[in-house]
Order: sequence, then structure tokens, then C-alpha cells
Amino acid sequence: MPIPSPLYSRTAALCTTQEWRDWSGYFSAITYGPSHEVEYYAVRNAAGLMDASPLYKYEITGPDAERLLDRMVTRNVAKSRVGQVLYTPWCDEDGKVIDDGTLARLGPQHFRLTAADPSLRWLQDVGYGLDVELRDVSTQLAALALQGPKSYAILQSLFSNPKLATLRYYNLLQTEFNDSPLTITRTGYTGDLGYELWITPEQAPALWDRIMETGAGYGIMPLGLAALDILRVEAGLLLIEVDYSSTLHARIPEQQSSPYEIGLGWAVDLDKPDFIGKQALQAEHAAGTPRSLVGLEVDWHDLERLFGEAKLPPQVAGRASRTAVPVYADGEHVGQATSMVFSPILKKYIALATVRSEYAASGTPLEFEITVEYVRQRASATVGKMPFYNPPQKRALPNG
Amino acid sequence: MAKQQEYDAIVIGGGHNGLVNAAYLARAGLKTLVLEQRHVLGGATVSEEIYPGFKFSVFSYVVSLMRPEIIRELELVRHGLTILPLESTITPLPDGRYIYRGPDSAATFRNISQFSTRDAEAYREYSYAMYHMAKAVKYILSIRPPDPTSFDPRELLALLKLGKHFLSLGEENIYTLAKLMTMSSADFLEEWFETDPLIATLSASGIIGTFLGPRSPGSAYVLLHHYMGEIDGVFRAWGFARGGTGGVAEAIASSARALGAELRTEARVAHVITRNGRAVGVALENGDEIYAKRIISSLDPKLTFLKLVDRSELPDDLVARVGKFDSYGSSGKVNLALDGMPDLSCLPGYGEHMRGAISISPSVNYIERAYDEAKYGRFAKKPYVDIIFPSAIDPGMAPPGKHVMSCFVQYAPYTLAEGDWNSQREAFGDAVVDTLSEYMPNLKNLILHRQVLSPWDIEQTIGLSGGNIFQGELSLSQLFFLRPAPGYAQYRTPITNYYQCGSGTHPGGGITGAPGRLAAIEILKDAGKVLQ
Repeated sequence: MPIPSPLYSRTAALCTTQEWRDWSGYFSAITYGPSHEVEYYAVRNAAGLMDASPLYKYEITGPDAERLLDRMVTRNVAKSRVGQVLYTPWCDEDGKVIDDGTLARLGPQHFRLTAADPSLRWLQDVGYGLDVELRDVSTQLAALALQGPKSYAILQSLFSNPKLATLRYYNLLQTEFNDSPLTITRTGYTGDLGYELWITPEQAPALWDRIMETGAGYGIMPLGLAALDILRVEAGLLLIEVDYSSTLHARIPEQQSSPYEIGLGWAVDLDKPDFIGKQALQAEHAAGTPRSLVGLEVDWHDLERLFGEAKLPPQVAGRASRTAVPVYADGEHVGQATSMVFSPILKKYIALATVRSEYAASGTPLEFEITVEYVRQRASATVGKMPFYNPPQKRALPNG
Repeated sequence: MAKQQEYDAIVIGGGHNGLVNAAYLARAGLKTLVLEQRHVLGGATVSEEIYPGFKFSVFSYVVSLMRPEIIRELELVRHGLTILPLESTITPLPDGRYIYRGPDSAATFRNISQFSTRDAEAYREYSYAMYHMAKAVKYILSIRPPDPTSFDPRELLALLKLGKHFLSLGEENIYTLAKLMTMSSADFLEEWFETDPLIATLSASGIIGTFLGPRSPGSAYVLLHHYMGEIDGVFRAWGFARGGTGGVAEAIASSARALGAELRTEARVAHVITRNGRAVGVALENGDEIYAKRIISSLDPKLTFLKLVDRSELPDDLVARVGKFDSYGSSGKVNLALDGMPDLSCLPGYGEHMRGAISISPSVNYIERAYDEAKYGRFAKKPYVDIIFPSAIDPGMAPPGKHVMSCFVQYAPYTLAEGDWNSQREAFGDAVVDTLSEYMPNLKNLILHRQVLSPWDIEQTIGLSGGNIFQGELSLSQLFFLRPAPGYAQYRTPITNYYQCGSGTHPGGGITGAPGRLAAIEILKDAGKVLQ
């Protein structure tokens, strides 16, 4: 049974629906009010605040910290600056993804890594014999994700910190809140302007309160997992165990994925010195990747036609569906869509899918399985450009 | 007199339908120019910073049924359009109770049950029935009206399709539809419900923008329009546009520009230039003449036929019909900049209900009495008011902690029996604020700025004849193949190459973009092109 996170006193008071999901053993609100769409639109238009404390978090310090991490992850850690955050996967020797997360460089010899799964043992194994200190800080750091176009204005009004104005996408700054250290990273899982705030569990509720109070004038809402799931699909962001399987959980080799297969090829630096999985990834890079992650846009006219034949208006998932469905090309099975949702802002039915690479080019016509009145049908879909939603404020410097 | 370069098409009027029309023409490769008289595009679909830091959706305030296909085809999302949900309505009552309807169907049921459990149950069935009705009517909104008197095979085929569509609805639905077409909204609703304030609030949907009362026959039909959005299901084409309704116009304008259309503001057209019964250009008030292969008016029928062209170019019967085209405005608007969120005495606090609509409609008689006053040329002292707080839905509309309040007010007749709107405007504003203060006692203390618009002001500012927000009454005698006049409901006019695309054409008013798009289909057909 899940247990309360450090922010449970705040989230529980707001979660009128009592709809919770177990996230890494903690209660995590699915939706706070009767309609998750209100939370969704708050993030796309104003701001949403989420308790991201259940993430696993690790501190890596010491003279060999950089060496350890460069051995472990696929991105080039040596090239990272202090104050930078890297989004990166890490692989096993076969070049298959174990997990993905963010790696914050807090100092020359000080890093913080987030992960979806417990990872201390892997860090210890990779760091065997190196001069590093590894600490699992999962329960010693709470995380608040403040996301949406007004997130900057809210933080600035709260902290009056000139460094916030120049804080770039995937960078961090260190400050204090109630005399406790606070790290603010310009990161998130929504594809919009946003920040994640890392603070001690003791101070987390007070920080939550201050953000909610300051944000009230900006239309802030607490953000639950149902809205987050729509946001991240629009942003083209993967969810482990939904869009791909970790090697830790795959039961057969076919269920494992390389970074190239899940659209993270850009995060693999084959030019850096030896790292775990490099040889396999080099070989795959040379030979070509058999499968690719794509974004699908389902043809609405075709949906209207299929449902119209059953005298129904199109019925599509209002919440993101995580039930994978087959994808076809010319009647042949070529992959599967793993996350799908009607995008409220784009007015399109969109999906994340893994298909054979020859069908991955933008504009490729595919067919997407959809069930209409208990009958399986195929709706036409097209490979679209990812991310589906990519507003300028995601990367730009905030302007108020 | 400068003679300017030639265009494939000139669209007169930069309201949302004119912009939609221009965008589609440009998309089909026509060199298209839009001429807007004001300094800002959008027509009635406009947001303006009337008071520093506060953005008002000055005229129209909700997006009713923006067609999903237009959002997709013109890529309006990429051009900045976001429609935010506006899902609940609360009706405060003088006795301190209230009726709440919202997305939480159980909460709605519990609330209505406090008045009548029977009504709470009926409400669900009613929604379902109206959904089916709206589905039946939606087809009509998406087609060009056929000419029922023509023997042209194309028209006959269109009529046949329409007939088949109606027969497919089934007996029960056809009867309901016939009732909706003929009954008053109050009578129709009384067949379903017994709670007076619930009937009043629902019937108000049937009178918005029209010069009808809830007991006037024909008002029931307009109820349907409020259920159209439901058909699009998750599409949720009903709501509040980010940045106010001007956000819609800006997105369409941005799309039109990207497609190659040229949009010019502060360019007031004096008249359409015709040669041998063909439209060839426009003359601006500054004396410039611009020539084009076709001219499209997005203005209302009176301006399109009686002002922009010489009456001698038109058949007498059309001149007479358009002269009688009913476009007397019945509604006004009060926009307030507020220092904070007022409290509803029936449900104080800044809760979720403040992000929805607030309806001042305590009883059917209350609204009918307001209508009675207007019938005899007076604005209602106790008006029906439809309120939203745009800043509660989109915080960008006002500085943090401050709010804008949009009050759509009925009734306010275009022609006053005594005095004129210049002398009566503030008295009208006072009547509205006094009425609202009965339900929000702290409202007056919060007002930083007040903007009052009568139908006459609407006409003066954006040109709508009579200040009618729909470019002409949405009564049965002015709908479908009768809109704006029999024989001219297919977006063409008696003048070759002169077209119409405003809300005065089928399927009528509201922010739908549908007239603009349907007109583009016909214009492109004449140009030998197909709307892709």
C-alpha cells in the first residue's frame, strides 16, 4: 500500500476526488477536481503545481563522480558545465535502456541524478573501485514541479531573484528557502515553460503553500497525473514501462529498447570514451535501427467515418490511454501505439508509437487500430512531427 | 486618385468570418486582400485594453461553435488559438439559494434535487434529448442551403439528401424537432421541468441576442445551438478563447497572413465598384480604388446590399426584403475592471463556480418582464445578465489578483422611446450594476472602470446594423435558405462576382467561422477551384 509523500498534507487537502495512484510507493493524485481538463489547461495557459517527490534521487560526489557518470550514461558528462542539467538514458552492455532521468551538475564533483526505478545498486556496481560517494537521497529531497507559461512570473514574484530571468532551459540555480537549500532546475515533463524545485521534506509543505498563494493571482492549479499524462504525450515525452520497457522489466529481448529505438539517439555520444553499451550502440548506429519511435496523428475524418457507420460521434480517450494497440501499413502489422490521447489544445487524436524504421518518416500513412462498438477497425493515421506541441516559451528566456 | 494593383479577391470587413473566408481563398492560391475599417482586426471578435492592464472581450465573449474543421484546416492552434473550458453555470436566487450546473453531474443532480428530484432526473434526459436534436441540426449547419424552388439537378439532389437526413432521424426526433421549431423556449422547457429558475436559466439560452422573450414562439430553436458543441464531444469547441475573443481573430489573421493574404486596417470601403452588373473593385473612403476579380462582403446584409452597392443594381424585391431584414439589436454589454473578485452572497469565495458563467435569471417572469420593457422602447431596469470573469479563466486578462467581468445584458433596444443612448447609456449601466449588486453586495466597491455598450454603441463602433450581434435575428423566417433573403442564401448576390460571407448568411451568428468557410467553398467553385 502506498504511503504519504512529504507533500501529502497539502495534496490530500486539495484532492477532493480521492483519486490516487501508486507512484513508486507513494500516494499521487490523479485528478484534484471533477475535471482533469481544468488542470491541463492551467499548465498550457497559466501554471500547475505537482508533487514530484516520488522520483528516485541520488547524489554522486567525489573526485571520480564525473568518471562514474560518464561510464554510466550515454551523454557526455565531462562536457557539462556546473549549473547544467542533462536529460539522459543509461544502458546495459547490450546498449539497451535501463532507465532515463535528469542529471544535474551541482558542482565540479557533485551531481544529482533522478530515476524512475531504484538505481543505487547499479550506481555502486558501475562505480566499483572509483573514488566517489553515493547517496540515495530519495526520501531526503522533496520535489515540486511548477509548470506552465506563468511559472516564471510566479517564481519571480516569490523569490525576486535576478538569476531566474537568465536561467536557461535545462539549467539550475541554487538558492535558499526558509534557510534551507533549494535547487531550482528549469526542467519538467510538460513541454512548456517550467521549473522543478528540490527541497528538504521538512520545508516542502511551506514552499508548496507559498507557491500556491503567490500563484493564485496567476491562475495556478494543483496538477495531477491524469492531466500530466496528456501534457507529456503532446510534448512527445516517453514514459518508462508504457512507451518502452526497462531492461530490468523486459521479459524477452524483444521487449528491450536501445536509445535509438525510442527517439533518444540524440542523447548518445558515440565520440566520448568508453561507456556501458557503447560497442553495441556503435554497431546499431552503423547498421541502422530496426524500430523507431514516432508521433502519430489519427485522421479525424476517418474516425468520424468509422464511428459514423455506428451512428456515433467519435469516441476517443479523454484521458491518455496506456493500452497499446497495433499499427499497420498496407494491412501489415508494423508496430504499436503505446500512449494515445485526444489533445485538447491541438484538437487532434495523437499517439506515441514504435514502428519499423522504414515507416518512420514524417508523412508516412499508417493505420491505427481503434475499437468501434466492440468491433476492431483501422483508422488512417499519419506520422507527424514531434513534439506535437512545442511552444516557444519552453526554451526561450522568460519575458514576464 | 490612386489606382492600385489588382487582386483575385477583396474581402470587405476583417471580422472573424471575413478573415476565415480570406484565409481559405488565400489557401486556394487567390491573391486576397482584407479591408478593415477599424485600427484593429476582428470586428465583434476583438479584445482591447480599455483600461490599463485589463483586457476586455469588448463585444462577443464566448466562442460558441468554432468549427473544428476550421481549427484544423487553418492550423489555428499553431497560430495561437486556445479555447479554454467554460463548463458551469450558477444562477443565484434572491432567497439566497442557487442553481448550479456543471461538469460534475452528481453535484448538478444534488443541487437541482434541492428544488425538485424530478427535475434533477429530467435534466439528464433533457441533455440527452437535446444532444440528439443538435446532432440532427448539425448537418444543416455544415451545408450550403439548397434552393427549394429550383429544378436544377444539383439543388434537387441537395434537397433529396436533406430529406433523407431528416427521415433518418426517426419519428420521435422529428416530432421533437417540429416542436423546437415552433414553440417558445419556456413552453418547451415546461414540458420537461417544474423548477421555475431552472426553466428561466435554460430558456435564457433561447433568447440571447434575439429580440424575443422566453415566451415568444420560435425561441426554443435557439436552445439547440447551445448543445451543438456537445456533438463535437471532446472537441469542446465551446468555451473561452485565450486572450479573449480577440485571440480567435488574431489566430485566424495570423493563419491568413501565413497563407499569403494581405490584411489592411483603417481602410474603410465606401462602395463596391461595378461595371455592367459585375463587381470589379472597391472605392475606399480616402478615394483610393482597388480592383479585384471578385469582391466579398462580410458585412451585414443591410450594409452589403443597401450601402456598399447602388440599389439600382439590385432587383426591387431583394431591396425590399433586405430593407425589412430584422436586425434590431436587443442586447448590451457592460465590461468592468475590478480590484478583486466579488463574492456571490449565495456562495461566497473564489471557488470553481467563478470560472463558469453566472446567470441572473431568477424566474421566467423576470426575463419576460425585462423583455416587456424593451418591447416598448425602454432598457430593462432588472435585466437578464450573463456574466463571466474572463480573468478567472485566463489570468492573462488582468493583473494578478485583479479581474475583468463581462456582463452580457438583455434587454436593451436599439431604438429608445425616450431620449437617446448618449443620454441613457450610464443610466443603463447603473441599472445593470444595481441589479448585480443584489447578488454580489461588494461589487460596487471593487469597480475600477466601467464600459457600457448599447446596441447603438455597437453599431457606431463596429458597424453592425441595429447593433444586432448576429448580423440579423436568428428567427426561423431568417434562417437557412431564407438567410438573408430567398434566392440569395448561397453566398452569391445578383451582382456577378459579388459575394457575401458574414453572419447574415447561413448558418448565422456566433463565433463559428461557418459562413466564412461555406462562402469560400462557393466562391472557389465559381473560380473553378475546390476547397482542400
